[in-house]
Amino acid sequence: MTVDKAFSAGDGPRPASPIEFRLDHASGIPTYLQLVQQVEHALRIGYLNTGDRLPKVRDVVASLAINPNTVLKAYRELEIKGLAAGHPGQGTFVKATLTQATLPELARLRSSLLTWLATADTAGLDDDGIVALFTSVLRDFRKERASANGESEGVA
Amino acid sequence: MNVLESNGLGKRYGNNWALRDCTLAIPDGHVAALVGPNGAGKTTLLNLTVGLAAQTDGIVTVLGGMPAGSVAALDGIAFVAQDTPLYKNLSAAEMLHMTRNLNRRFDERYAKARLGELGIPLERKAGKMSGGQQAQLALTLALARRPQLLVLDEPMAMLDPLARHDFMASVMTAIADDGVSVVLSSHVLAELERVADYLVLMSGGSVQVAGEVDDLLACHRVLTGPATEAGAYTKRLNVVYARRGEAQTHLLVRTNGMTDPVPPGWEAHPVSLEELTLAYMRDPGAAALPGPARAAVVLPKEARN
Repeated sequence: MTVDKAFSAGDGPRPASPIEFRLDHASGIPTYLQLVQQVEHALRIGYLNTGDRLPKVRDVVASLAINPNTVLKAYRELEIKGLAAGHPGQGTFVKATLTQATLPELARLRSSLLTWLATADTAGLDDDGIVALFTSVLRDFRKERASANGESEGVA
Repeated sequence: MNVLESNGLGKRYGNNWALRDCTLAIPDGHVAALVGPNGAGKTTLLNLTVGLAAQTDGIVTVLGGMPAGSVAALDGIAFVAQDTPLYKNLSAAEMLHMTRNLNRRFDERYAKARLGELGIPLERKAGKMSGGQQAQLALTLALARRPQLLVLDEPMAMLDPLARHDFMASVMTAIADDGVSVVLSSHVLAELERVADYLVLMSGGSVQVAGEVDDLLACHRVLTGPATEAGAYTKRLNVVYARRGEAQTHLLVRTNGMTDPVPPGWEAHPVSLEELTLAYMRDPGAAALPGPARAAVVLPKEARN
């Protein structure tokens, strides 16, 4: 077993990726998208964290027998989404995670949202009205945030 | 660079045209799948590509314009014929030795390392190997020539599912390692879906559909809606294939490539490569050639509004 060695620092080989891809041929979802979704899922669950390496293209190709371009397309998509970054000659690494808030935080947010929903309900808003209002406020909020951070609009 | 380019290519055997007016251009860096019913001309096209046969008509060039069959062209191409022919009485080592002596370029170290990785003993005779091992040996001999273009004729036909998977994994790894371009013919549509990013659909000795898989999938979709309205849309849209029930109809249509609106009351679904290929194979008259040179010529008027 060489597992311990793989994690030693220094000039040894970098550790392998924490995740392995699988393919569901019956899903009807394009292969590259399945890879993207599996990375996103692993990020949400916490299997993958910032700095982790994604499986090497060659390894994915060898184990799943798929076109290398498909893997490259998936990794490019993850780069565009800001979740991964490619380092030439080394591989692709996780740049951001999707785990957002801790459980107690979520519970607090939920209860304050419930209070707000009760107020909206009393005011006579139906479900569609609530969703429309929320979406619109969220959009405004994001827009203000973006301009406050000095990001130019329309740039991802 | 185009790894394979043909113009008005034809091949006649006796009174029979196996290939006729075959025009196509496959760019490099792809896994191009040659698909079509038996007798569509796939093997003939591959044989002309690798110089095993001479054309009756037209031209065929490889690797950026080299005449197919020329010495320079052959140096850059490796070919594994149908049923992976090997000398059954020769051992793996003897096959390596022979192939090395028959070729100007042969990387024996690579070949031996590869067979070692695959667990194929050098002293084993080809006839004593499993189908999967024979296919892998033939592939190893081809790859050890370090080709720019690998041509495979029905490489998976005789293999069990596991051997198929391993064989394709080997081909894909070679692409990842060395950037080899691949042209292969196959009947196994479901498997092609995973590996092919360029499709050439042949029928009756010529090319019916050719293009990058992503482009082809993007400009086709299935519309599902009431059968009573199907007639009206069949006139307006480019219907490749229709399946009609009493109340409901599925139309596989070719769109402009852009997002044209879905008729009210209809649903649009993306199409899979297998579905698309079958639809065109069912209707040899339908043609779509979104390839760079021919799009304007072939797309019918309705598609251009």
